[in-house]
Amino acid sequence: MALSSDEGSRFADLLKGHEEAVGAAWTEQIAATLRGRLSHAELQRQTTELQKGFQSALAGGAQDIGDDAAAELRAQLSDLSSARARQGFTANETAISVFALKDAVLKVLDNGDPNVLRDYVAFSAFIDRAGLFTFDSYVRAREELIADQAEQLLELSTPVVKLWDGVVAVPLVGTLDSARAQVVMERLLQTLVDTGSPYAIIDITGVPAVDTQVAQHILKTVVAARLMGADCIISGIRPQIAQTIVALGIEFGDIATKSSLADALRHVIRLTGTKRQER
Amino acid sequence: MERVPVLKIGDILLVSIQDDMEDQVALQLQEDLADRIVATGSHGVIIDISALDIVDSFVGRTLATIAGVSKVLDAETVVVGMRPAVAITLVELGLSLPGIRTALNVELGMEMLARQRAAEEDLGIDEGEDDEPAVTVP
Amino acid sequence: MITGSGSAAGEQITVASDQDVVRVRQLVRTLAVAVKLSLVDQTKIVTAASELARNTLVYGGGGTVAVSRVENGRRAGIRIVFADEGPGIPDLDLALTDGYTTGGGLGLGLSGARRLVDEFDIDTAVGRGTTISVTKWCR
Repeated sequence: MALSSDEGSRFADLLKGHEEAVGAAWTEQIAATLRGRLSHAELQRQTTELQKGFQSALAGGAQDIGDDAAAELRAQLSDLSSARARQGFTANETAISVFALKDAVLKVLDNGDPNVLRDYVAFSAFIDRAGLFTFDSYVRAREELIADQAEQLLELSTPVVKLWDGVVAVPLVGTLDSARAQVVMERLLQTLVDTGSPYAIIDITGVPAVDTQVAQHILKTVVAARLMGADCIISGIRPQIAQTIVALGIEFGDIATKSSLADALRHVIRLTGTKRQER
Repeated sequence: MERVPVLKIGDILLVSIQDDMEDQVALQLQEDLADRIVATGSHGVIIDISALDIVDSFVGRTLATIAGVSKVLDAETVVVGMRPAVAITLVELGLSLPGIRTALNVELGMEMLARQRAAEEDLGIDEGEDDEPAVTVP
Repeated sequence: MITGSGSAAGEQITVASDQDVVRVRQLVRTLAVAVKLSLVDQTKIVTAASELARNTLVYGGGGTVAVSRVENGRRAGIRIVFADEGPGIPDLDLALTDGYTTGGGLGLGLSGARRLVDEFDIDTAVGRGTTISVTKWCR
């Protein structure tokens, strides 16, 4: 149900005529729902801008939030949504910020006039759609945020670093799922080739738990590295993980394990040292 | 039928396998290498597979046979340059290339052979971990 | 080379010699690149194709290999069907066991190839032949 052009201009006039009263009531309503997490001045600035946005959209002949005349208003609402999403507000709190305009408008209306009530229903419908638009924008912003973070996490969490001549290390941090394990595995093996390093240390100090699947991934990486002519040492196995490994009946076979990254590095340096002396 | 060239560098034979070897070519290489080891008195064989984008069970078996035959003829075989994707696939396939020693590249492979010769010449020195098969299946 | 990309149309190769196994590998690799499989997945499907095409040749006495692109809603993939009219496989469970071989290989042909693909279907009858269909999907 779209606004008629008469209703639209009456709404615009109303917002303009009661600019301060509506703005103050609106700000107060939002402040109550956000419980002080945004400063009053910040909120006031936002509501003033939004109010102007509504006003100029309606004055420009917008009958629905999807109209061309409301493009500016939509952009404002999108910005508000993504800002709120990034600040950690819920979708509810964000949408209510728009819906609160209804209460503010109700306060300044002349309740005696039955025509005013009909107008109010039409105004409300317009604000509802604006609120739903905000809700959608919020969800979109959140999804983008999550996708970005997931990608960053995958990049951040799988560094392969050169520790010593011929020694590279992967400090694994966080939960290893199948997809991540595959990324780690490929990246480690490629680094071995690129750097010509015959030793790799896989440090699992930062891995909270090891299940059969994770252990299998680590074992496969070690076997693949050996097929290529490189040796892997696993370091940072915590006591409870050692318990799990044994309880699950996972065979680490003859794979070298060390309790810390430092021990593993010392072990490797000793190995490379003896090899040099042999020559 | 095409043949895989066998190069002699010092007392090492170097073979660089090119992409997509037919089965017959692989079998021919197996024979050629045995002949060349005896003819040249080489003590080491390096097989570079960095150009291979797959190693299936047939190629795997050929490599294992070459290593076995060379060993009998007193030459150590080192397979070098296996690509990561190939290694991951071999692990999934369950092919562990028992008895084959591996190195990341030709240079490291030559070092490995040199180290071993030196150890053998220093009478009585045990090669220790170097004597283990390249891979043990977990 | 590859006809009808985007549809189920594919290409078929008659496998009667070693060279044909090489051709199967090349065809599978070209299509695996075309459907944008990751490098590791390309390697896996080409290796599986090599194993199974050699089975078709050695145990099935030759046959055909059909390679096609498949779509499953949002994912693309590659399907390969190996068909022969050879003696068939009398004990399928045994043939799918690691280490079992009658042909002097490492005994990883069938069971190994199955681990390299996402879908593996086999239809065999003694005296009638064997048809194996494998599929690998993009991640």
